[in-house]
Amino acid sequence: MSQARSSLPRTIAAHAALLTYTAIALFPVFVIVINAFKSRRAIFTEPLALPDAESFDLVGFQTVLKQGDFLLYFQNSLVVTVVSLFCVLLFGAMAAFALSEYRFRGNMMMGLYLALGIMIPIRLGTVAILQMMVASGLVNTLTALILVYTAQGLPLAVFILSEFMRGISDDLKNAGRIDGLSEYRIFFTLVLPLVRPAMATVAVFSMIPIWNDLWFPLILAPAEETKTVTLGAQVFIGQFVTNWNAVLAALSLAILPVLVLYLLFSRQLIRGITSGAVK
Amino acid sequence: MGSLRLSRITKSFGATDVIKGVDLEVRDGEFCVFVGPSGCGKSTLLRIIAGLEDATSGDILIDEARVNDTPPSKREIAMVFQSYALYPHLTVRDNMGLGLKQAGEAKEAISARVTEASRMLSLDALLERRPAELSGGQRQRVAIGRAIVRTPKLFLFDEPLSNLDAALRVATRIEIARLHRELKATMIYVTHDQVEAMTLADRIVVLNGGRVEQVGAPMELYDNPANVFVAGFIGSPQMNFLKAAPLGLQGETVGVRPEHLEISREAGEIAGTVSHVEHLGGETNIYVRTEPHGLLTVRRFGSAAYGVDEAVFLTPDPTRRFFFDAAGLRIRA
Repeated sequence: MSQARSSLPRTIAAHAALLTYTAIALFPVFVIVINAFKSRRAIFTEPLALPDAESFDLVGFQTVLKQGDFLLYFQNSLVVTVVSLFCVLLFGAMAAFALSEYRFRGNMMMGLYLALGIMIPIRLGTVAILQMMVASGLVNTLTALILVYTAQGLPLAVFILSEFMRGISDDLKNAGRIDGLSEYRIFFTLVLPLVRPAMATVAVFSMIPIWNDLWFPLILAPAEETKTVTLGAQVFIGQFVTNWNAVLAALSLAILPVLVLYLLFSRQLIRGITSGAVK
Repeated sequence: MGSLRLSRITKSFGATDVIKGVDLEVRDGEFCVFVGPSGCGKSTLLRIIAGLEDATSGDILIDEARVNDTPPSKREIAMVFQSYALYPHLTVRDNMGLGLKQAGEAKEAISARVTEASRMLSLDALLERRPAELSGGQRQRVAIGRAIVRTPKLFLFDEPLSNLDAALRVATRIEIARLHRELKATMIYVTHDQVEAMTLADRIVVLNGGRVEQVGAPMELYDNPANVFVAGFIGSPQMNFLKAAPLGLQGETVGVRPEHLEISREAGEIAGTVSHVEHLGGETNIYVRTEPHGLLTVRRFGSAAYGVDEAVFLTPDPTRRFFFDAAGLRIRA
């Protein structure tokens, strides 16, 4: 940053604000993680204390790994998230390309129609979705969840990606056409690499709600073999007694995959967010 | 080999007509420049020739074969774009070879042609680089190389020099002129810069509002413009337009080029005061405010010592005047 625009007090103020926000955002996560490593008694007596030699206890993790098939739940969550994400990105990018690249009757209306989903929560249609899934025999399958999450993620994906694709030079695509590349090759080899930052943004924004969702797994796929992690963790929350060790341990474990995926996308994500803001 | 014929081409985007009936013939080996102000339809016309845009009506013939329904890659054309449009993920070599690879040429043939083109444009040292590692001028040379490699019937240039700085623009202009001589290929070149048009073209097509205003060799347009628009567009600084009636001349307006206007301190036909003087070294442009013709430009070769607010007299060269009627058309004596 240039000398003229940065001063020490200003830098300190900016960092103070950012650090405060970081602390507020991370505090609940921090509490969950430290308590996951403590005995039940320690959780209730001193919820904010770090685990020490006396209170350290892995009973939560042991319960999680013993009771219920957590590995399977993880696998289900991962399959649902990754496949949905793939579908959202692929079909979202394709729709965005068509909307931004081709002139056809109703292009504008189609774009608005696809963007409408951002404003209308998909949960409003739960009853109808359940009826459709029952009718097509997809209840208690991961396919049901993947279909719903793909539909849920598409509006935002189409909206963000079509804006980005409009910014890609026509010349490049035309050069491809003159060189005899098919529209698919143009899309996959020329356009997609250029919108990678936007794709990462979309990926992160669609991934987290999918991973965290409790609603649709509970309604569409509550069977033991299709449970996701968030649903699986619910077995420890009883009406009268809750096994807090196990719940906190399960939640701590559930954070990990999201964290890994975020780290994978983060570099591109930051580029995607800032490229819209700075230019 | 490569002649082009356009007959009654029109193009509309919804209700707006962008091209309003263009007939044009470009002969084999000719360097043809489309020139006009922005929004005149010149780029659209080029894109129609390339097949990137469909004509609303009319026929496009390359070598007398109708290509209206032929996709761009099968028209045997090559195009150079204003923004270079190099494939960012490919090296210079692969950028140049991609078109041939798509056409199913043998590897050795591709490599031979890439080598040949890179020799012509002195790109040898850059072949393994990616576009991001090249300067603007180098990128445009690669884009031109990519066009040469395809040995097309028609070269299409869409304002290829607009993104380059002034010095590079001149150098690349000379390069393109040299390539045209060496390749003897048919080239169609779109620009809004009349200097590029004058320096490069065998024939200039002046477009305005989707219509062809005049077609001719550069000096033909300069010496013999068909109407006010062409007269004003070709030549820099722009031609002066004087009102005919106060001078007792025929028609509505009289066009006189800045270099054909005599300036004097003592006597002349039109009285005025100097409002601004531009010293360019080789020439001097003097802007003179007059009644009732408004601001007129006088171009003097060498330097001329006129001060602002000085009273001067202007006299048009009687042999180099152009007369135009009320509709802007030339009145030929």
